[in-house]
Amino acid sequence: MLERVVASAITGCARTLTGARAHWVGCEPQIRPRIYYANHTSHIDFVLLWAVLPPAVRACTRPVAAADYWSSSGLRRYLIHRVFHGVLVDRGGDPKAKDPLVPVVAALDAKQSVIIFPEGTRNLGEQMLPFKSGLYHLARQRPGVELIPVWIENLNRVMPKGHLLPVPLLCSVRFGAALGLGDAEDKAAFLQRARQAILDLQTI
Amino acid sequence: MTASQQTWLLFGGVFAMLTFASAVGWLLQLRSAGRGHPQHPGIANLNARIKAWWVIVGLIGVALLFGRGGVIVLFALVSFFALREFITLTPTRRGDHVALAVAFFLVLPEQYVLVAMDWYGMFSIFIPVYVFLLLPIIAALSADTTHFLERGAKIQWGLMICVYCISHVPALLMLDIPGYHGRNVLLICFLVLVVQMSDVLQYVWGKLLGRRRVAPELSPSKTVAGFVGGVLSASLLGAAMWWITPFTAWQAGAMALLIALMGFLGGLVMSAIKRDRGVKDWGAMIEGHGGMLDRLDSVCFAAPIFFHLTRYYFTA
Repeated sequence: MLERVVASAITGCARTLTGARAHWVGCEPQIRPRIYYANHTSHIDFVLLWAVLPPAVRACTRPVAAADYWSSSGLRRYLIHRVFHGVLVDRGGDPKAKDPLVPVVAALDAKQSVIIFPEGTRNLGEQMLPFKSGLYHLARQRPGVELIPVWIENLNRVMPKGHLLPVPLLCSVRFGAALGLGDAEDKAAFLQRARQAILDLQTI
Repeated sequence: MTASQQTWLLFGGVFAMLTFASAVGWLLQLRSAGRGHPQHPGIANLNARIKAWWVIVGLIGVALLFGRGGVIVLFALVSFFALREFITLTPTRRGDHVALAVAFFLVLPEQYVLVAMDWYGMFSIFIPVYVFLLLPIIAALSADTTHFLERGAKIQWGLMICVYCISHVPALLMLDIPGYHGRNVLLICFLVLVVQMSDVLQYVWGKLLGRRRVAPELSPSKTVAGFVGGVLSASLLGAAMWWITPFTAWQAGAMALLIALMGFLGGLVMSAIKRDRGVKDWGAMIEGHGGMLDRLDSVCFAAPIFFHLTRYYFTA
């Protein structure tokens, strides 16, 4: 109960502050396993993306988050587990560790959708960074799952790195057309195409 | 007649006008649907605009019911939405973050607190003097010098237009006009009605007979016929509303003429900024109209002039 109140307070704040609305440019909101992947410029990217989803879709959509960051304090653990229902992954880069994508695949198999940021880290520059390969591996392991490119506009100005107080600016969240891995497509070509799909949403 | 009777009468008039407009919009839509063009964009936009007007008039009415505090809070919110639109379209850098937070969370509320406190001296110099000096200091401390002057100018401009100028509407409540005590809310109604009716009448005259454009490089919709017809009929409307003001009919007409002219020119200035940024509207908040600033550009320029003329010539 309390979790729900906290969740709607957070999504309400995010929407009021940024006036953000979802623009379903290339697809419709649907309840089915999907991977929403977006550009990453701010701490609160996933909050806004999550907040603009219709409530029924939001209920079965989980952000993929870094385990080290979100496990470091009680408040963070509470928020990520109880409020956002995040999927925690290890980003340690230890080659002997087990496949970090296992929990994400499990969530997709449980008919849930996930939100990921394939740039890997918050991007401080003007250009989007090259994508990490996680998106490719997910697409290869679960070919039936739709990949939805999402462009989040302006949020980097709302709360840039190093600041805790957001400034109210208008943001928009655009959802593009679903894409999947081609039969003969290699990793580099696929990641390039996936990245371009987000870039194309900028100019709509 | 008491002030509240006059307010009711005024709202009755606006209500009648909107009902008439809705009826016309409905008939136009019926006629165009009968000809097999169910989605004529011009008529759909007209009806969206009329619908938005109902909402706007309703919100103003609710604010007036809450009296002085309601009016101040309403315009503080209006300033907030306008400033958000302005800064969204204005490129700023990461180094401006603190200055922007100060603008939104300290300067904006403080300006309206000053209105509520009736502190005219501070109200009139707070943003042009204190904030003007404070913001570049904050920006300098962030140590980002790229486009420094440009960035500072943009934030200051946004505050002047969206907060300082708009706050002159509720500031009309501060004026102490002999023989007009307790009626200042009607001055706000006069200003808002004349500015907005001038915009509406310019649109109507422009659609009916507009050919030649006033400033094609700035605005495709402003025509000579719209300008002349709109400004003159808004001035007549202002003169006809003299009974709610401390002015004579002639004075009310002259004030309305000035308000309408400033409003028109303000619209041109704000269009120039939009063209420079490559957008058509400031936002999408008010369906059919665009953003808050699209509806308020004329108020921003008319309000301070109306305030100071009234203050200079009519207060004790």
